Amino acid sequence: MKKRIAVKVNGEEREALVEARRTLLDFLRYDLHLTGTKEGCGDGNCGSCTVLVNGAPVNSCLVFAVEADGREITTIEGLASGGKLHPLQEAFISEGAVQCGFCTPGLILLAKAFLESTPSPTETEVRFAIAGNLCRCTGYDKIVRAILKVAGAQAGRDS
Amino acid sequence: MTPYSSLGTSPPRIDVADKVIGKALFSADIVLPNMLHARMLRSPHPHARIKRLEVGRARAMEGVMAVVTSADIPGLAGLREVPDPELPCMARDKAIFEGQPVAAIAAIDPYVAEEALDLIEVEYEELPSVTDVLEAMRPDAPIIHPSLRAQNLIGQDDRPSNIFWYMKYLRGDLDAGFRQADVVLENTFRTQTVHQGHIEPRASVVDIGTDGKLTVWTDNQSIFKVREFVAGYLGLPLRRVRVMPVEVGGSFGGKLHQQLSPIAALLALKTGRPVKMVMTRAEVFKATRPSPATAITIKMGVTKEGRLTAADVKVIYDFGASTGMPGLDAVHHGVKLLDAYRIPNYRIEGYDVVTNKAPSGPYRGPAAAQANFAVESQLDLLTREVGIDPLEFRLKNCAAKGDLTVHGAPFGEIGFVDTLERMARHLDGRAEPRGAGRGRGMACGLWTTMSLGSAAHINVNDDGSVTLVVGATDISGTRTAFAQIVAEELGIGLDEVTVASGDTETAPSASVSVGSMITRSTGTAVMRACLNLKEQLCRRAALRMKVDAEELEFFRGRVILKERPETAISFAELARDNFALPGAGPLYASGRSDPLGKPTPVFVVQAADVEVDKETGKVTVLSYAVCQDTGLSINPAIIEGQIQGAVAQGIGWALTEGYVYEKGVMKNPTFLDYRMPIAPDVPHIETILVEHASDAVPYGIRGVGEPPMVPTLAAIANAVHSASGVRLFELPMTPEAVLEKIRGGEGPSPKKREC
Repeated sequence: MKKRIAVKVNGEEREALVEARRTLLDFLRYDLHLTGTKEGCGDGNCGSCTVLVNGAPVNSCLVFAVEADGREITTIEGLASGGKLHPLQEAFISEGAVQCGFCTPGLILLAKAFLESTPSPTETEVRFAIAGNLCRCTGYDKIVRAILKVAGAQAGRDS
Repeated sequence: MTPYSSLGTSPPRIDVADKVIGKALFSADIVLPNMLHARMLRSPHPHARIKRLEVGRARAMEGVMAVVTSADIPGLAGLREVPDPELPCMARDKAIFEGQPVAAIAAIDPYVAEEALDLIEVEYEELPSVTDVLEAMRPDAPIIHPSLRAQNLIGQDDRPSNIFWYMKYLRGDLDAGFRQADVVLENTFRTQTVHQGHIEPRASVVDIGTDGKLTVWTDNQSIFKVREFVAGYLGLPLRRVRVMPVEVGGSFGGKLHQQLSPIAALLALKTGRPVKMVMTRAEVFKATRPSPATAITIKMGVTKEGRLTAADVKVIYDFGASTGMPGLDAVHHGVKLLDAYRIPNYRIEGYDVVTNKAPSGPYRGPAAAQANFAVESQLDLLTREVGIDPLEFRLKNCAAKGDLTVHGAPFGEIGFVDTLERMARHLDGRAEPRGAGRGRGMACGLWTTMSLGSAAHINVNDDGSVTLVVGATDISGTRTAFAQIVAEELGIGLDEVTVASGDTETAPSASVSVGSMITRSTGTAVMRACLNLKEQLCRRAALRMKVDAEELEFFRGRVILKERPETAISFAELARDNFALPGAGPLYASGRSDPLGKPTPVFVVQAADVEVDKETGKVTVLSYAVCQDTGLSINPAIIEGQIQGAVAQGIGWALTEGYVYEKGVMKNPTFLDYRMPIAPDVPHIETILVEHASDAVPYGIRGVGEPPMVPTLAAIANAVHSASGVRLFELPMTPEAVLEKIRGGEGPSPKKREC
């Protein structure tokens, strides 16, 4: 069974006929060729497939594409604007928060949503905020520093 | 003061720019026109004879393009059993672990492939299985590989056995050694099967050309090794297989073995179309190569002054259904477990044993962490007996230059004492947490790196930039380290260096990315290519300056006249002549490194502060410090990241991770139930890099990636003892296990209390 959906992905209107069983993750990766979103487990336990749906982080492997109908989706490919990296992307590079890079897109998007709701987090708040996203390379230390760095810079701008 | 300008600095990894924007290509990202999707049918039983395997209905299903079984594997023709460890085990007459491939299907989409699996008919006759390593060693245990005979086992008769490797080492006089001891302790330690836990599942995409040539994209630790696997499996010459470079989403030893590509390649050959095969997470757990479980018994003696006198050790590795990989048999590394200390009398016995569990493989310092857990736990117990500070105890007994390792080679330059003393200084002033279930533990680790042959090419571009081409799979930031070596040697900026990862046909050969030796193996080749290039530059400058090349030398990006250094030609100027200079061709250099370079020991000392909740048994790691001898830190930030990641993995191994089997079937093949550390589980990990230069490797480097996980299990266990007063001899130290110990020692269980 197929259903027509209309979504806005990274600011672009997309219409598609998708099978009801198609996950949002597979729709993004295989129908739209946005392979920056990664599949680590397929059952919502690793967070690598995190995208923003109407600004909220979701595991795209747990959402069917048809459920995203009418929503706005941001993937890692949509984060940099005008050739300029998002501050989180810059901080992940400068703080050494990226090793293999497989969990990186999901963590950056999750961190973006988190910092919008919690602009000045403590280290503990950051650690709990990213608890649903697994990273096996870094031990999380440098990821936490990168997120805190952006939070600090935002706080600096706000004050 | 460092003599270097680029080495020792921490520029960001050159591969990460593409990773933060989602552009980096991993194997599952590869999509080819007309591509088929493949799925595997796997044995639901840990040990079962395949009485009937019927694939006709699946083959006839619309959308199914090919179904293969072990009968279709040309490279295996003639082999009855499959103990051959280099080959992926597709079940032949019987399945020997749950998850073993039985058949594979290629179809027009993944859904059709999945549905077609249900149409394959398999009739199994279940056989008795064994998942406990000690039970598998008993004479009446079910035999897993009937053709297997224990190797090296003195006095072993010709009956089949589940023991496939045995080693024994003796030194001194064991009985006399124990007689000299004031305290002798004997304990048995058990560790569980754990997975490397790379977040990227295994994936393979195989294309086929009109000439029948196969092109492979897969997550790997060596593109050349993948080629070997695929060609060997299919009985093809190496030239029929080409393996492309891809980004690898974590590996830690787990991606050396290639379970998918040979089968995906077989399906591509059958169908003439590209085939993609991606494992589910459950398949990754059940059918890749987790690290062996162990049972280790140690008897150790010490004088009241704190000198080790003797050790009697039996190390048993549970290798699952696999008989290892050549050179990677666990005991070869396991028997090194006493090398860090001066012990005049010892006996070390090592066993590798097969069971009906997932076949085992290397994981970040293969075999070492388990053995270290036993040794360093035992040492900690001895220090408590004789009342000596654990750091001081290790300083008293630590190995030094000239001491012999178990394999008979003397240590060269080692930094064990420096590392211990540096940790002592670090801990000085950081008071050990006491009371309220808090405590500190420490442990030391040793991992020895080698090198294997590798090569590197450098092309000089007309604008003075250079392109380095390597064939080494980058799993830890090695492209950045290579770029730093080139920048250092040629005296040019890092942004003038491009590092290209070639494929098996365009890249120079490279050793496998294992053993913490990529920077050493391929980096040495890179350095030598630079030396070769500098000689060429001197000859070229001699032509232009009309002097003898011997009068010139390369110094910081310029060729200078030795007598008059102000007379110089810059590297960029020479590069401009790249094609034009009469008497010289394009500037191009190559270098290679030698196989089996001198063993280079890496020592690491770790200290953990933990809190044990006596009500729940939960262990929280409060803070963690690592002091590691790197020899020279080419990129300290990358090294710090490697160390922090390794410790986090060690924390998982110590506290929460582990395969849970029920009658040979894995019960927790998800990231929910196989509990890897999440961000709140891991504290900030302080890293201190000691640089005691190696005398065996250019720049004095030693290797980084594996050593920092080696002592983590023991450091945590020792800290748990300090914090709670109880000793855990078995991993993982889950809340249940810790609580049981605490209650066992403190009186009535809650059930009795309720009464």
